[in-house]
Amino acid sequence: MINALRRFSHSQEARLLAVVLALGAILTIATPSFLTFQNLFDLLTSYAFLGILAAGLLVVLVAGGIDISFTATASVAQYLALSSANAYGLGWAGTFGLAIGTGIACGLMNAWLIESLRISSIIVTIATLNILYGLLVFVTGGQYIYALPDWFSKGIWWLEFVDADQIPYGLNLQILLLLLAFAATWVLLNRTTIGRQIYALGGNRDAAGRLGFHVFGLSLFVYGYMGFMAGIASLAQAQLAQSVAPTVLVGRELDVLAAVVLGGASLNGGVGTVLGTALGLALLAVLQNGLVLVGISSYWSQFFVGLVILVSVSSTALTLRRRARSAVA
Amino acid sequence: MNRPLISSKPVDTVGPLDSELAAAEAPPPRVGRFERLRDFGGDGDNLRLLVLIAILLAGFGLVIGKQLFSAASLQSMAYQLPELGILSLAMMVTLLSGGINLSVIATANLCALAMAATLTRFVPGSEGAAWVLIQVAALAAGFAIAALIGLVNGFIIAYLRVSPILATLGTMTLVKGISVGTTRGNVISGFPEPIVFIGNGAVLGIPMALLVFAAAALPLAIMLNRAPLGAAIYMIGSNERATRFSGIQTRRVILKVYLISSLLAAVAAVVMMARFNSANASYGESYLLVTILAAVLGGVNPMGGFGKVSGLVLALIMLQIISSAFNLLNFSAFLTLAIWGGILIAVAGMTQLRQRLKGG
Repeated sequence: MINALRRFSHSQEARLLAVVLALGAILTIATPSFLTFQNLFDLLTSYAFLGILAAGLLVVLVAGGIDISFTATASVAQYLALSSANAYGLGWAGTFGLAIGTGIACGLMNAWLIESLRISSIIVTIATLNILYGLLVFVTGGQYIYALPDWFSKGIWWLEFVDADQIPYGLNLQILLLLLAFAATWVLLNRTTIGRQIYALGGNRDAAGRLGFHVFGLSLFVYGYMGFMAGIASLAQAQLAQSVAPTVLVGRELDVLAAVVLGGASLNGGVGTVLGTALGLALLAVLQNGLVLVGISSYWSQFFVGLVILVSVSSTALTLRRRARSAVA
Repeated sequence: MNRPLISSKPVDTVGPLDSELAAAEAPPPRVGRFERLRDFGGDGDNLRLLVLIAILLAGFGLVIGKQLFSAASLQSMAYQLPELGILSLAMMVTLLSGGINLSVIATANLCALAMAATLTRFVPGSEGAAWVLIQVAALAAGFAIAALIGLVNGFIIAYLRVSPILATLGTMTLVKGISVGTTRGNVISGFPEPIVFIGNGAVLGIPMALLVFAAAALPLAIMLNRAPLGAAIYMIGSNERATRFSGIQTRRVILKVYLISSLLAAVAAVVMMARFNSANASYGESYLLVTILAAVLGGVNPMGGFGKVSGLVLALIMLQIISSAFNLLNFSAFLTLAIWGGILIAVAGMTQLRQRLKGG
């Protein structure tokens, strides 16, 4: 237990946790509105889309790949699922099934292209991003869907509270899906054989192949999982925005990547944890929320996010180098 | 001349054999020239692109007719190509070294904003020498900012050893943050005549922007093919550690790569702001992934070490032909995007497939 604690205290997660807690403490003192249930619930709700995608991308990065196309996948899944729900009167299960199915199909297509043509994953997914996004906007004409089924617009509310201005907050669809996504990914990576094989695949692809792991199958699973998460995230986002917009999701893929790598996942594969990803996301969320609460113009929020990314990746690289040096000496 | 490497393999086509014979018979300095000629078409990538371009021209020509080849549509192609072209060059240099520069668009926009701010604040009301000097100073300011961003990128990547994707993802966000923060997302517009001319004027019928593109591409091609720095960039892209052990100061080379990339982004900034006669924090953002697409289509290996400016130029011409033809056919620009993606997979897949057939 003490050993585990000591190991944890040297990890990227521990440093992130310290930064997030310090930031949270400063904000709690600086503004009374930060540490309120309402603010925290709002934060979780608005970052659910990025968070669910981050959980999926984490698995891809751990496996040693990368996916850029998931925002286009999500746009397609969202559009197909909700326009079908409107047209054929699908329920929760049908709508989610269709969105998830579309996402998985797109993910499997990526994996198939990457493995069978042996093109690098970043190139394949840049291509499929453009193909999916281009075709979606071409076919739909970029039209928004505002009329969503009533049951979907209402969403799900558990533990609902109402604040002084009668604005409800509580455990909603977004938060529920976010928690489920992180929980599922944690179980996958830490408690299943497939999860351990994914770490092995990302750590050393050739070795994993020689050990008899089914590399093609694992790749299908990993990109399929990313697509699955894209399907779920797309509905969480549509429910929050109360509309389906083919053109608003694409362009946010690098935000998700930033959250995952802030959390310590390596682009070389084999490294990354769910806790780290959650903390990376928390850091971005608390930072942006804090800047608004403290009264800094939201026009400057991107500047601070960039600064945090640069400082974080630089200091991580420096620590790694120092550690490598002391290991040699 | 012995050819043990060649003779150990069965001769499959006539082409390589002929060229080998010609190379063997020619005097030494001419061998190089011939090989270079063969390199242009014969190493596969460029030849394939040329064939693709010919097929596309024939196909679109049949469907659209003479209109495709009219002076007006050729001119509009020549005006559109340089923007994406220069940005793709900026991306390409970093790809060759085994890196990537996600901050090219953000850099171009910040440079354009800096130039635009200087121009709009000081140019109106000035006359004579001051009028000229202020414009030169504005451009210089843009390039200075680009150089600074490039050095920051290069320092973080070469000396702190942060992976290029992460480092430039950070600077991309930071630099765009500065642009958005200082302008509050607003557009700065209205430039003096000479600046607008760079984007919209023509010299002897050739668009100025195309000349700027050539002025950026040619020196870059020469540097990559002939200069020690170019050789070092390719070597680092193939194997950084081996390059360092062979006595090349790899860190300094990488620093220069990101400096060059940033300066090219500043050139793109001049063309972009001149063409739109305005600057904004988020112009051209959709180009980011397209620059990678164009470079890879042109035969640049995204893992580094391989790729030529000539290939990139051919890829750009091909993308532009598709885009212009679709425009003439009244297809949506988004369909163009989808087709570009499809072609990327087709070309990259074909290259891989051929290599595997050759290897196995």
